[in-house]
Amino acid sequence: MAETMAKAWEGFVGGAWEKTIDVRDFIQKNYTPYEGDESFLAGPTESTTKLWSEVMDLFQKERENGGVLDMDTKLVSTVDSHEAGYIDKDLETIVGLQTDKPLKRSLQPFGGIRMAEEACKAYGYEVDPEITYIFTHYRKTHNEGVFDVYTPEMRAARHNAIITGLPDAYGRGRIIGDYRRVALYGIDRLIEDKNYQKAITSGTMTEEKIRLREELADQIKALKALKNMAKKYGYDISVPATNAKEAIQWTYFAYLGAVKDQNGAAMSLGRTSTFLDIYIQRDLDNGTLTEEQAQEYIDHFIMKLRMVKFARTPEYNALFSGDPQWVTESIGGMGIDGRTLVTKNSFRYLHTLENLGTAPEPNLTVLWSKRLPKAFKHYCAKLSINTSSFQYENDDLMRVTHGDDYAIACCVSSMRVGKEMQFFGARANLAKCLLYAINGGVDERLDAKTGKHNQVGPKYRPVEGDYLDYDDVMAKYTDMMTWLAKLYVDTLNCIHYMHDKYCYEAIQMALHDRDVKRYFATGIAGMSVVADSLSAIKYAKVKCIRDEYGVVTDFEVEGDFPKYGNNDDRVDSIAVEILDKFMDMIRSNYCYRGGVPTTSILTITSNVVYGKKTGNTPDGRKKGQPLAPGANPMHGRDTHGAAASMASVAKLPWKNAQDGISNTFTIIPDALGKDSKVFAGDIDIASIREEMEKQ
Amino acid sequence: MEGHIHSTESFGTVDGPGIRFVIFFQGCPMRCQYCHNPDTWTIDNSNTENLRSVESLLKEYDGIKEFLHDGGITATGGEPLVQMEFLTELFETAKKKGIHTCLDTSGILFRQERREEFDRLMAVTDLVMLDIKHIDDTEHQKLTKQSNKHILEFAEYLNEKGVPVWIRHVVVPTITLNDTYLKQLGHFIGGLDNLKALDVLPYHTMGEVKYENLGIDYPLKGIPAATKEQAIHAKQVIFEGIKERIREDIHKK
Repeated sequence: MAETMAKAWEGFVGGAWEKTIDVRDFIQKNYTPYEGDESFLAGPTESTTKLWSEVMDLFQKERENGGVLDMDTKLVSTVDSHEAGYIDKDLETIVGLQTDKPLKRSLQPFGGIRMAEEACKAYGYEVDPEITYIFTHYRKTHNEGVFDVYTPEMRAARHNAIITGLPDAYGRGRIIGDYRRVALYGIDRLIEDKNYQKAITSGTMTEEKIRLREELADQIKALKALKNMAKKYGYDISVPATNAKEAIQWTYFAYLGAVKDQNGAAMSLGRTSTFLDIYIQRDLDNGTLTEEQAQEYIDHFIMKLRMVKFARTPEYNALFSGDPQWVTESIGGMGIDGRTLVTKNSFRYLHTLENLGTAPEPNLTVLWSKRLPKAFKHYCAKLSINTSSFQYENDDLMRVTHGDDYAIACCVSSMRVGKEMQFFGARANLAKCLLYAINGGVDERLDAKTGKHNQVGPKYRPVEGDYLDYDDVMAKYTDMMTWLAKLYVDTLNCIHYMHDKYCYEAIQMALHDRDVKRYFATGIAGMSVVADSLSAIKYAKVKCIRDEYGVVTDFEVEGDFPKYGNNDDRVDSIAVEILDKFMDMIRSNYCYRGGVPTTSILTITSNVVYGKKTGNTPDGRKKGQPLAPGANPMHGRDTHGAAASMASVAKLPWKNAQDGISNTFTIIPDALGKDSKVFAGDIDIASIREEMEKQ
Repeated sequence: MEGHIHSTESFGTVDGPGIRFVIFFQGCPMRCQYCHNPDTWTIDNSNTENLRSVESLLKEYDGIKEFLHDGGITATGGEPLVQMEFLTELFETAKKKGIHTCLDTSGILFRQERREEFDRLMAVTDLVMLDIKHIDDTEHQKLTKQSNKHILEFAEYLNEKGVPVWIRHVVVPTITLNDTYLKQLGHFIGGLDNLKALDVLPYHTMGEVKYENLGIDYPLKGIPAATKEQAIHAKQVIFEGIKERIREDIHKK
């Protein structure tokens, strides 16, 4: 093994990474920061253009076919379940598909057989009865496990959507394997490491230790399966990658193994661009690679990521407003030693938006720092204006907690690659919780079946009288949130226990250290509605309107009130207070497997569905109207411009919403500044005169 | 001291350099036909709801200053010079805090006999964006109900004081989109040594709805918005005028 390692690592600066699995150390010792501009970039090669047009044709056919091109109904997807599949073998430099055919959706029943069946049914397919029989009689699924243990209270909370979007019928996702490890070390070295980890997991066989040994065994099996999968494509990944093309291919195989194994709510890639730049730079320096080829490999890699698809139900797609995979790739950022982590490859990744055209996936995420190289900032700004296709996250904030080798899962969840993972926890609807506080735990909507209101929360005393009193509502709200936080965490405990048991992410966890830090993620929906509602109660007069059952179902707001999103402390401080309170309530509960509780305010798409299920609120929002996305102010209520709106959001303390705070921001390019063709800045009359005097 | 303020904008990207905190002052003596802020024309002294203190405005600025890269404060309106004393105090306080100050004005209230007041204001003004509505006085009166005499005097005054100036000019089809006038404008501003930028603004019709809401007839009804190409053309013609003026000045020497 030593010999193959030495050959693969020729020219690299050695260090701790040679002895232990430590990708960050390898990056730090070997990468080349790039402060220049985009002028070195190469356009698409002929085969890239041809291949991409073939993929576009497939996408077109997929749309014409009602959203799905083909589906597996018999072969259950595992890491190495399928034979090799290609788009156009002769043109592809980076290979590997989820199934044997492009865009054919795989069958993934481990999360829940019902979900898999319904996904097929929605597109006119039927899961093979034998598979259904196996997964209802012989092999239990995550979904079945969860519903075996749910309490009636949990079911009611779920049914009435005060806790919502729970990963109890589908894969939780949000785990990022360190896919780079496969390229740097090869599978055999990783198996050796896992064997060692298993060997040292010894001593008294507590339940915890038994579980860990079983998981490590599963991880080793998954690594072997990954090797087998690559073999079907004619590659031997038992050894490390020896050049740029292999490094990209190995990394992609590792990721492909993950999406074949898991239909997770977010299947993110990690932070690969600077890692791969080291290989590309080595080959460029050796003269064995040209910039055109390097860009072609990256274009083909990104193309594959754009083709990642899952079989999902229409309800799932409604919840997420589309069919997102969240193949998030984190780009750029600064190192803790002050060097930028931007490399030429950071540019190449973004450049795919120009070579292949724009696309929502992979979800390119620039880790933004004030100290990023200026040329990179300019390129980002230019591409944002031209493509509107990537997002920004605050590296200066997250680096403090996670160091400089973290990545984003989904849209905002940060974690150190290969060292931290997350239990995804959907979100609690705090806007609805406020209505529960007002109505003593009674849901404000009528149950479709019974035509009556459901008692979902505890029967606390509802508010009395015609007008809402701030102190009274706040006291009741605090009690109701305490109840909700406990129920929410307990529900998630059930979910993650069962997911670990019946739908364990063996290949992704094989690409983690043994002892990972587990974030126990929760989430909040409806933050701005809550802030504005409480502000209305405090600064205006809010009259209750009760229905025939005596339940408050509507409100009349008399007078004006400060609205979240205008940098007005009177209301912004309410939002901060609610977040702080709720996070502390979450923290005071037991979290499964030593999970470190966090919360997020990030409902970028599902805010629409949550709004549908939430009645009239005291801020004047009408029932069914969408909640604002993430931590955004409510639509049209931020009247002092973007900076004031962002300043309100920025007050929310990240330490109490460490899983992320999102702010969706749309602006027309013209509003960002003057068109350089019309606006003639920097006129210097004196120099014009000088110039003309010479003539 | 307090001033009548119409509104504020925390993310101003088109009213001066960088990202700026823009303060819209209430009150204006001009009645430009294309004005897109007719709701700032009058000051209602009995209205105390729109009164803002210097402190409260600067506090608002402080709350967002992290977002305002290479920017500062822009006073616009309305016509900020209507509330000269308040404006001066605002800029003086801002300057003490090291904030870049920019005045967006038509210059209409300039008078030679008020030079002292203006000197005090200019001492704390980093940049003036001078909006010359029309270079021809007769046309100017048709367009704004005022003569441009004092405006052009103000331009000369700023030149004399060496206050950096951006000249803004709105290009309105059938009114200012006229090569003769554009060249004439260029000829005038070519004589300004303090000129730092030229901002040609294509006329847009977004203000029309405000007139409807206020129940005022929109004087430019039916006149189309200026296209980008027209704006680029106008810019070129103004530049020709500028060069012509410089050439003349060289010959005079």
